[in-house]
Amino acid sequence: MKIVVCVKQVPDPNTPGQLDPSTHRLRRDGEVVLDPGDEFGIEAGLQLAEAHGGDVTVVSMAPERGVDAIRKALAMGAASGVLISDPLLEGSDALSTARVLAAAISREGFDIVITATESTDGYSGVVPQMLAGLLGVPAVTFAKSLKYDGTTLRVLRQTETGHDRVETSLPVVVTVTSGINEPRYPSLRGIMGAKSKPFQTLTTSDLGLTDVGGAHAGETMVAVVAAEERQAGEIIEDDGTAAKRIVDFLAEKKVI
Amino acid sequence: MDFELSSEQLSVRDLCRDFARNEIAPKAAGFDETGEFPYAIVAGMGKLGLFAMRFSESLGGAGGDFLSYCLAIEEIARADASCAITLAAAVSLGIAPFVEFGTAAQQERWLPALLSGEKLWAFGLTEPEAGSDAGGTQSRASRTGAEWVINGRKAFITNAGTNISAGVTMTAVTGGSEGHKQISCFAVERGTPGYTQGPKYRKLGWHASDTRELLFDDVRVPADNLVGEEGGGLRQFLRILEGGRVGMAALSVGVAQACLDASIEYSTQRRQFGQAIAGFQATQFKLADMATQIEMARLLTHKAAWLFDHGGKPGVYASMAKLHASEVATACAGQAVQIHGGYGFMEDLPVARYYRDVKINEIGEGTSEVQRILIARHLIKRFEGA
Repeated sequence: MKIVVCVKQVPDPNTPGQLDPSTHRLRRDGEVVLDPGDEFGIEAGLQLAEAHGGDVTVVSMAPERGVDAIRKALAMGAASGVLISDPLLEGSDALSTARVLAAAISREGFDIVITATESTDGYSGVVPQMLAGLLGVPAVTFAKSLKYDGTTLRVLRQTETGHDRVETSLPVVVTVTSGINEPRYPSLRGIMGAKSKPFQTLTTSDLGLTDVGGAHAGETMVAVVAAEERQAGEIIEDDGTAAKRIVDFLAEKKVI
Repeated sequence: MDFELSSEQLSVRDLCRDFARNEIAPKAAGFDETGEFPYAIVAGMGKLGLFAMRFSESLGGAGGDFLSYCLAIEEIARADASCAITLAAAVSLGIAPFVEFGTAAQQERWLPALLSGEKLWAFGLTEPEAGSDAGGTQSRASRTGAEWVINGRKAFITNAGTNISAGVTMTAVTGGSEGHKQISCFAVERGTPGYTQGPKYRKLGWHASDTRELLFDDVRVPADNLVGEEGGGLRQFLRILEGGRVGMAALSVGVAQACLDASIEYSTQRRQFGQAIAGFQATQFKLADMATQIEMARLLTHKAAWLFDHGGKPGVYASMAKLHASEVATACAGQAVQIHGGYGFMEDLPVARYYRDVKINEIGEGTSEVQRILIARHLIKRFEGA
């Protein structure tokens, strides 16, 4: 089974993030780490590979230091890594990102592509679905459990009220939720061995793509505004009429 | 000159940072309060490969360098000094003597379980009457046929009495004369008749680290249990202590960093006189001094580790790193408590634990005084006898 896991290097979520006032994008010049959400995807991929054979290839589109995210995945047990790094790609929108990843993944070939539901920095949450569309395979999102029997992948898909049971054949793009598993720590041996695993760096021209990156972004961040502060609630003290006042309030809000 | 860490070293640091932050830090206060030995954390550190990391792959190690080991100790110590000393003592004092001086048979017999962290091995040098003056060792071993018979006591020994402690490498006098004692090292397995471990000491700090007195009463071990050369004990353990010192320096840097981390967090939140106390120069100067001292201690530690990796002889730098880092750590713990004010004296916040845990760093693995003697000897030895 050929498993591809998409990963991303993000500003360390343990330090407060800052927006660049001119571009409204998150500043990425501080400490960066493998997106914690991606560790669940890597673990899910490794578990599938361990149970059914095959291996995990990690793919990332990032500036050159994105290699660290891939290296961590290799230390956890992934077999090979692909980094697409190109100055042209700076300021890419979600569609550009999906096109670049799709091109790189098509070159590798795959049975399952695993991603997080969204990145911890951008939170657009649309790249995986775009990726599935470009690859021409189904997208099964928000997986909280994955079971594969050799022909059918059974997914419990997290919903607001519970979960859907989804069955799909391969190939497929799956997004996994945080908490689907407990990601392993890399081992020291894994860290030492990561350097000798196959690793390639590709540019947009290697992928035959020209109309990607910031210059071709169809999406612009127009403004960032602070979320409205929640108003203080109303406290009703019971002077004998509290029940009626609460009922009136709920009726006014059309709750009852 | 290159101050950059390699990608492997950074990965080791980040791995240990994550592990310490997620697995150790939330439990450290509990272990400190109960004195319970952190078996699950030791198992976790074993799974990561931390016990094996700095030894060669041919022995079953992970082939990492000494600097990576120091980065690991620093990050573990940043969460909890007890866990860090458990690891550092197991590696520097428990495993290292077998790696450096053990026979192939000894390595084959004991190393696998020690490198995996499944078992711990202790090192017994200090005695009730022989601390800094190791020449004052009174434990004796005498050869009778194919066996050595050992009698004596060891004090303040780490990792000897846990449920996973497998034995101790201990020093004993095997000959020579008063003033010129011949000292040798012996591996004594737990369960050997006559070898007993006393109850856990009540200590100022390092509550979750296992520290005990060891008693040897007519303990018989086979001649094969001699570790290294007969009479080579003194030279051998000085060599072992050198590695231990650099590890202790790294541990000290970790505790000092934890003190600074806590102080920054607290002082930017705690408000007095209408502003965060980090806005007052009195606090800022403390933070600046702590950060600068810690960086000096870290650089000295990395240099000693680098020397270990390039020629294997950190020499006087091991003493300098240990001396400076441990004193910086004590100073930082004092300042951290001061910045935290009354809350710093309460056990609800971790700085009180850092303050209790840190003092031993100036004592264990050679006191500050002994380090100064060693450094001074190194400085003047060229001129002695002139």
